[in-house]
Amino acid sequence: MTPETSILAAIVIPLVGALAIALAGRISANLREAATAITCVSLIWVVWSLLPLLMDGGRPSIEVSEVMPGLSIAFTVEPLGMLFAALASGLWLINSIYSVGYMRGNKEQNQTRFFACFALALSATIGVAFAGNLFTLFLFYELLTLSTYPLVAHKGDAATIRSARIYLGVLLSTSIGLFLPAIIWTYTIAGTGDFTTGGILAGKLNDPEIGLLLALFVFGIGKAAVMPVHKWLPAAMVAPTPVSALLHAVAVVKAGVFAVTKIIVYIFGIDFLFGASSSQWLLYAAAFTIVTASLVALRQTNIKRLLAYSTIAQLSYVVMAAAILKPLAEVGAAIHMVAHAFGKITLFFAAGAIYVASKKTEINQLRGIGRRMPWTMTAFTIGALSMIGVPPTGGFVSKWYILAGAFEANNLVAVFTIIASTVLNAAYFLPILYIVWFEREKEGGKEHGEAPFLAVLALCLTASLTIAFFLFNGPVIELESQVVKGLG
Amino acid sequence: MDLLAHLPALQVVVPMLSAPLIVLLQPRGLAWAGATAVALLSFAIAVALTVAVLDGQTVEYAMGGWPAPYGIALSVDAFSALLLLVVTGAATAALLAAKPSIDQQIEAKRQPLFYSAWLLVLSGLVGIIVSADAFNIFVFMEISSLASYILIAGGPDRRALPAVFKYLMMGTIGATFYLIGVGLIYMMTGTLNLADMEARIGDVTDINPILVAAGFITIGLALKAAVFPLHAWVPNAYTHAPHMVTVFLAACATKVALYVLIRFDYMVFQTKLDDHEIQFAMFVMPLAILGIMIASAVAMFEGHLKRLLASSSIAQIGYILLGVSFVSMAGLSASTMHIFNHALAKGGLFLAAACLAYQYRDLRLNQLGGASVRMPWTCAAFVVCGLSLIGVPGTAGFISKWMLINAALENGAWGWALVAVILVSSLMAVVYIWRIVEALYFQEPIEGNIQISEAPIQILLVTGIVAVLNIYFGIFPQVPLELANSAAALLLEGSR
Repeated sequence: MTPETSILAAIVIPLVGALAIALAGRISANLREAATAITCVSLIWVVWSLLPLLMDGGRPSIEVSEVMPGLSIAFTVEPLGMLFAALASGLWLINSIYSVGYMRGNKEQNQTRFFACFALALSATIGVAFAGNLFTLFLFYELLTLSTYPLVAHKGDAATIRSARIYLGVLLSTSIGLFLPAIIWTYTIAGTGDFTTGGILAGKLNDPEIGLLLALFVFGIGKAAVMPVHKWLPAAMVAPTPVSALLHAVAVVKAGVFAVTKIIVYIFGIDFLFGASSSQWLLYAAAFTIVTASLVALRQTNIKRLLAYSTIAQLSYVVMAAAILKPLAEVGAAIHMVAHAFGKITLFFAAGAIYVASKKTEINQLRGIGRRMPWTMTAFTIGALSMIGVPPTGGFVSKWYILAGAFEANNLVAVFTIIASTVLNAAYFLPILYIVWFEREKEGGKEHGEAPFLAVLALCLTASLTIAFFLFNGPVIELESQVVKGLG
Repeated sequence: MDLLAHLPALQVVVPMLSAPLIVLLQPRGLAWAGATAVALLSFAIAVALTVAVLDGQTVEYAMGGWPAPYGIALSVDAFSALLLLVVTGAATAALLAAKPSIDQQIEAKRQPLFYSAWLLVLSGLVGIIVSADAFNIFVFMEISSLASYILIAGGPDRRALPAVFKYLMMGTIGATFYLIGVGLIYMMTGTLNLADMEARIGDVTDINPILVAAGFITIGLALKAAVFPLHAWVPNAYTHAPHMVTVFLAACATKVALYVLIRFDYMVFQTKLDDHEIQFAMFVMPLAILGIMIASAVAMFEGHLKRLLASSSIAQIGYILLGVSFVSMAGLSASTMHIFNHALAKGGLFLAAACLAYQYRDLRLNQLGGASVRMPWTCAAFVVCGLSLIGVPGTAGFISKWMLINAALENGAWGWALVAVILVSSLMAVVYIWRIVEALYFQEPIEGNIQISEAPIQILLVTGIVAVLNIYFGIFPQVPLELANSAAALLLEGSR
């Protein structure tokens, strides 16, 4: 297979998979799960087969259709997108293993719709990752919103639909109201929207407008959840946990920060943006989001909501790292996407496993649960340590790079934000770890053990990945260093 | 005999002469088969004509060999070809799907008459499009209108009768206004041929009757086209008509009136009247904006599926008019493109509504619970066409919205305000389409609707194809785009 066909295959395979899942679901659940597994594995094979080429500096690209002159559906694989696609496709497999355990253990309704929409969402995610221009990015960004809506609304009761409406409303209205005008503006002044090394806007836009355009992009990409466009993420927690785990810790939210990073690097260009004084607000907005979301997380009593606010803070790490506008920090932004993905998916998996095994959703119900669910809670501990950034977990590596970038830019705001948020992260995760491991369970609680085997297997896998990323991150850093080669 | 040369005439003659013959096809099903075959043939002719004018030339035809200013002239250019495709395509798609729905709604012995009227509407609409002569346009307009009153009132819904009466009144006023305008121009220029008219208006010394004529013609056609605030006849007529008639008429009827409005204005008035384009823009643009905003807002609170879609149609007419009011290449091609794309989206939505109506007696949103489980394909097609109506990228609707926004931006700072209008109304479309989606997907089915199953395969298949076309033309819009661009170029050339 040529690299070009691999790109198309990576988008088509989950689409075909969605169809196969929908059809197989009418026959038997096992056949459906087999369809999911085959789709996952073939997607990984296709996506990861592009890796060696990318490591050698290749940039395969393909144009599908020139919709209008200058406006085309085209894909280009570059290191940021490669990393994102590899991450999403790999974690989808683990998440599917987990989903089977979770959905069956929980006896959920409409499982066929669930798995089919999941495959559809993955197709959109890969499309976002490989998009070669703003228009294609926007197309798949919207598709991602729409295909995840049924997943968020999965439960179908009145409260869920209300939350799903917030999800859809915020994401669609920001994207149509802000992101689309930003894209149109870019096309109007630059004549193109292609992602180009060094950016396409240099010399075409002046100072106050640069900040305005950046604002349209950052707040228009609601998936990045920079405050005040973050409300949809806690609302999305009504979804079944596997959805929160893969989509709202990895695919959807990372699509947001990925798009922001990509636009900063390939549309504005970091050197151009560094020279523009009106772009500095972004750093402060991200720093504000990090600190505020962490403070809000301190006050949460529901596990998933706490994780949601923690995600908001962690997403802004990526945005802030990108906004430091120094090569090391851009690498840090890319690595943090991976490190946070491993850690946060583990935490969500654990939260879901707790729910399946014991139906517990609140933090104060977790007293002593570590003895009943040792595997799950060990994984949870590793995930939490990674969020704080303690070695030997992946979170440490990315914080290191972001800090290095901040020092390179002499950016004390970023340095202090990272320190403050580390303290806050510790403040909301350590008490949980304490009550889980060291407090005694209340008398008369439900007797339960671990969650279904598949769920536990999945979360142990991601927990090991969190640690493995601390030890073996060389290739990733090498790949992402290409993004900023010759810059700064 | 070179058949190709006679295509413009055949386009009108084939459905018109078949109409009386269809009445004779009494045995069950034959009338439908005959009408469908004729519609398919018309569509094929339209495709052949499109191929012939794709490079931007015009096919002229003189009836009976009498040359233009004296005889009856027909002409087809890129703009008319696009409309021909829309009209014949909508008629064909609706007829292909129609049989189960029509069998359910109209008793067997009246069906031949019904299909005959359908072909008369078709021949009237294509007649308007190919005529190069102001009076023949009026004649065909009357043919299509009278026949469409029959279609709308032909169903079992008695509420269609007052609706059609309203339509008849307003339609007649519109046609009369148009005729008064044409009469005034004839009085001053002595010709009815559009091209000739354009040439002679310049020689008219007293310009006032021409200005009055322009006013009458614009208002009359705006009534026919359901331009806000002259749209009052639309919601009831669309809601209570037989479902397949709604598919046909909603996709193309008002757009044909709009076509005449655009053509008359650009080809005849703008050339010779000083500052006419500014007057035109100042008159049309506010109406377009008001129409977009108010009709979208009404749709957001509408409780009946078909009425909601009808309200949205009025807003969409506003989009088309907005592009026209820019009097620019970009604006005109955006509008022409939107005529095509909106026909696809709204035709698909009404087809899906027809599928639902086959099973659900009552199309109020709160009655439609459980549809997604019982009729998954219908609902999926509805969602796709709905996304196209909203203008989500990857669907046909996005293409025309993108073009319209680009056209609006050519107007400088004021353009951003127009962009805001377009974006806000798109968000309103999200709201009203999503209300339907939530009703279809999340509402509990009400008692008595338990044993509902998917619509007949015949309707479903056509609906599915239209849904797929909405995506296809969102990714590969080259052909309609080329037509729209040369149509815009022709119109602007005509006005210079």
